Amino acid sequence: MIIGIPKETTPDERLVAATPKTVGQLKKLGYDVSIETSAGQEASFSDSNYQESGATICKAADAWNADIVATVDTPTPDEIARMKSGAMLVSRLAPHSNAKLLDILAHRNITALALDAVPRISRAQSLDVLSTMSNVSGYRAVIEAAESYGGMFAGQVTAAGKTAPAKVFVIGGGVAGLAAIGAAASMGAEVRAFDVRPEAAEQIESLGATFVRAEGAQQEKSDTGYAKALSDEQEKATLALYTKEAANADIVITTALVRGQGVLTITKDAVAGMKPGSVIVDLAASGGGDCELTQPGKKITTDNGVTIIGYTDLASRMPQQTSQLYGTNVVNLMKLLTPKKDGTVVLDLDDEVQRGMTVTKENEILWPPPKVAVSAAAKTDDKPKLTTEEKKAQQEAAKAKEAAIAAQKSKRNTVLMAVAAILLAIALAFADMKLLMTFSIFILAIFVGYYVVSNVTHSLHTPLMSQTNAISGIILIGSLLQIGSTNTLVTVLAVISAAIASINVFGGFLVTYRMLSMFRKDA
Amino acid sequence: MTLESIAQSAYLLAAVLFILSLAGLSKQETARRGNILGMLGMFIAIVATIALALADSQRPVWVTALLIALVFIVGASFGIWKARTVEMTQMPELIAMLHSFVGISAVLIGYNSWLTEKNPNGAHLAEIYIGVLIGAVTFTGSIIAYLKLAGKMKSKPLIIPGHNIINLVVLIVMIAMIAWFIPTQSIWPLAIMTVLALLLGLHMVAAIGGGDMPVVISMLNSYSGWAAAASGFMLDNNLLIITGSLVGASGAILSYLMCKAMNRKFMSVILGGFGEKPAKSSDAKEITGEVHETNASDVAEMLKNANSVIIAPGYGMAVAKAQQAVAGLVEKLRAQGVEVRFAVHPVAGRLPGHMNVLLAEAKVPYDIVMEMDEINDDFANTDVVLVIGANDTVNPAAAEDPNSPIAGMPVLRVWEAKQVVVLKRSMGTGYAGVQNPLFFNDNTSMLFGDAKASVEAISNAV
Repeated sequence: MIIGIPKETTPDERLVAATPKTVGQLKKLGYDVSIETSAGQEASFSDSNYQESGATICKAADAWNADIVATVDTPTPDEIARMKSGAMLVSRLAPHSNAKLLDILAHRNITALALDAVPRISRAQSLDVLSTMSNVSGYRAVIEAAESYGGMFAGQVTAAGKTAPAKVFVIGGGVAGLAAIGAAASMGAEVRAFDVRPEAAEQIESLGATFVRAEGAQQEKSDTGYAKALSDEQEKATLALYTKEAANADIVITTALVRGQGVLTITKDAVAGMKPGSVIVDLAASGGGDCELTQPGKKITTDNGVTIIGYTDLASRMPQQTSQLYGTNVVNLMKLLTPKKDGTVVLDLDDEVQRGMTVTKENEILWPPPKVAVSAAAKTDDKPKLTTEEKKAQQEAAKAKEAAIAAQKSKRNTVLMAVAAILLAIALAFADMKLLMTFSIFILAIFVGYYVVSNVTHSLHTPLMSQTNAISGIILIGSLLQIGSTNTLVTVLAVISAAIASINVFGGFLVTYRMLSMFRKDA
Repeated sequence: MTLESIAQSAYLLAAVLFILSLAGLSKQETARRGNILGMLGMFIAIVATIALALADSQRPVWVTALLIALVFIVGASFGIWKARTVEMTQMPELIAMLHSFVGISAVLIGYNSWLTEKNPNGAHLAEIYIGVLIGAVTFTGSIIAYLKLAGKMKSKPLIIPGHNIINLVVLIVMIAMIAWFIPTQSIWPLAIMTVLALLLGLHMVAAIGGGDMPVVISMLNSYSGWAAAASGFMLDNNLLIITGSLVGASGAILSYLMCKAMNRKFMSVILGGFGEKPAKSSDAKEITGEVHETNASDVAEMLKNANSVIIAPGYGMAVAKAQQAVAGLVEKLRAQGVEVRFAVHPVAGRLPGHMNVLLAEAKVPYDIVMEMDEINDDFANTDVVLVIGANDTVNPAAAEDPNSPIAGMPVLRVWEAKQVVVLKRSMGTGYAGVQNPLFFNDNTSMLFGDAKASVEAISNAV
């Protein structure tokens, strides 16, 4: 089957649904790939790059006429009309807000898979473009903010005085929020972050940000993995929190999106309360914006000197890598759809991942899919959930108990050892002098052995064993001294024993030598 | 100055050299010197002993000299041949075999000592008795260990019903025999004890499973040392006592380390394999889930795109003799700028430090081969972990499921890495018979097949 990759037609779209690298991967799955002329130009992939990895360069009409069409943006009705009946479309379709589009697709007898409607289960992560795009946008948001902000992110101490680190406040701990937190923190900023889902705290903190807690603002966790709409009271509490945090921050990055729609987080009043020179990046601009003053697609400056960035194309501002990531999502989807790697699609609607993404199958509209519980929720349901504090307390209690037991044990051992030593000393006092002398040597040698061998590194344990093997061949000298006996039986036994022990001596030392000469350090 | 006093001072010198030799083995940089010092000590001791033996010979000197020459011809030819030809994967077998040699020597020396001593006192008889006992247990125990390691005997623990009671009875009989032996000096109690000790060694090691072999080998190493020390007591030879104690202590430490690495009590290893508590494993969590299979070219792709890779080898790598192929793959990846390290679990393989030797043989630099404690915290920042023929040592159940039979065993936390690829022959369980939930993780993919063939395929695709 042929996969067609048309050039994106949305204004300012620089992405492309396949890169030379992913073309190679698609070919491995048995597909032929047709790429529209200059489809990858904006992402710095030339037609000849594609040709080198085995793609055919074609006209727009041919790309749309393929068996499978993959695009980044939702095609227009005109474009869908160019597809052949019975073909497959792989794209971002926003099915929850695009009922009309689904009608058109079904009407045109097209099977459509929405890459932005992947169920949120771990197995499907590799084909979830929402994560891909959010991740890139989150990173880029920090870069855009850095450009507009008139200062350095990391605090500095110089001969000319010191500067404080930039204070960044991130709203939302989803993929985009976490990417923004990671990027800002790695640039040295002081990051605070908030999410209405309390379970996001751990992830936020793991990236080096402070999780802002607020009475009444956090909600219970949801079973879809996404945040839910808030109750009035919660909304009030969160807005108050945002206003307070925004006033303290140099940069605010807001990422709240519920079903593709922005959620009001930064009110006009909150903007008014911010310092001049501070920056707001609104990642929800495509959904109308989280900030009341956001103008989608534009960067504006308010009267009190606050810059509000409402770009909707953050992900495509880094077209080369984003295309690569997006293309890999497409490849992973095709892998799932091509179990035999023979270039034919097998759509398995019993598979919850495939079922979830398939919005139309031929003439039928399959949206919305049956509910799937996300893995994050499934896992935690096993046990009654403990708060972090409770867990910590439990762990500490267990540790203390263990320590107490260990202390008791070591006390008991010490007593036992002392008793044993005294008994041994008493027993030895009865023995004759000669035995006492040899016994002293024996005990001292054990201690020397203990301390010498304790230092041996783990990696040399095998050579240590073969070396001790060789050394314990010293038993040979006992037999050698018995060889001269007049008793023939003794001589025979002594010769046998000495011969066997001498194998140890020769074999042991040599094999140790052989092993040790193999060990080498990295040059 | 007599020959005797010269020999004694030579022995002192040899003892010091042996101590320095073991001390030298503590670090890679000084290990070779340690090896040479050991040889030197042995040479001095043997020369001094030959001189003594010839001087004290009750036969014509040339006969004794000839016999001694014979001894060394046999020992040297067999020993050198074995040392040259043994494959590094067979090191555990060789070491077990060498242990058995010390054991049988100690037994023979004990009998000789009983034969030659005209009027032995009680202490001397006790020394003979103990020397023969330890020697005999070491001998048969090592032979069984050798057979198990060489695959000539099933490595499954052989548990006879009531085996602990049998062992106990044997011990009691042995104590009774020493009470008979010392006053009468009769050969019978000594002979009966020898047979029982041989059986005890046999039974003891037969009851221990293949994966506990690192402990068994270290334990036998220790025993062979004590056997030599006991011979030293018999013969009033300080060099034997010192050397025996050094070896005995060394083996004991290794056994302790191995037990700690498996979170097992020494006694429970010695008293029998995992068969001891079959009921408990049924409490362990049932593991269900889907296994994700992958192929060599995908793994190669994954490795190429990774920044950091950790390889966790296990016994499977040794069985498949895959170490050269692994080294080749590592070299290629490192040439492409991927950071590759090895994580070696203390009980990986069948011998303490076995993996290190195999990797050294394949010319993997030792400074990228890490111990568990050194590397365990790094897994979380690692892109890809390749698990080659390891199972129980990477089992998350040990850390997460308190009812698992291996609960509490320190393991390599490979599952914290972004991606884990497990190279394995089949879905079979490890030696502990415990299913591994790692294989069902979403970030784990399985590459089935012979480890060597798989690694070569990956290497070619990189």
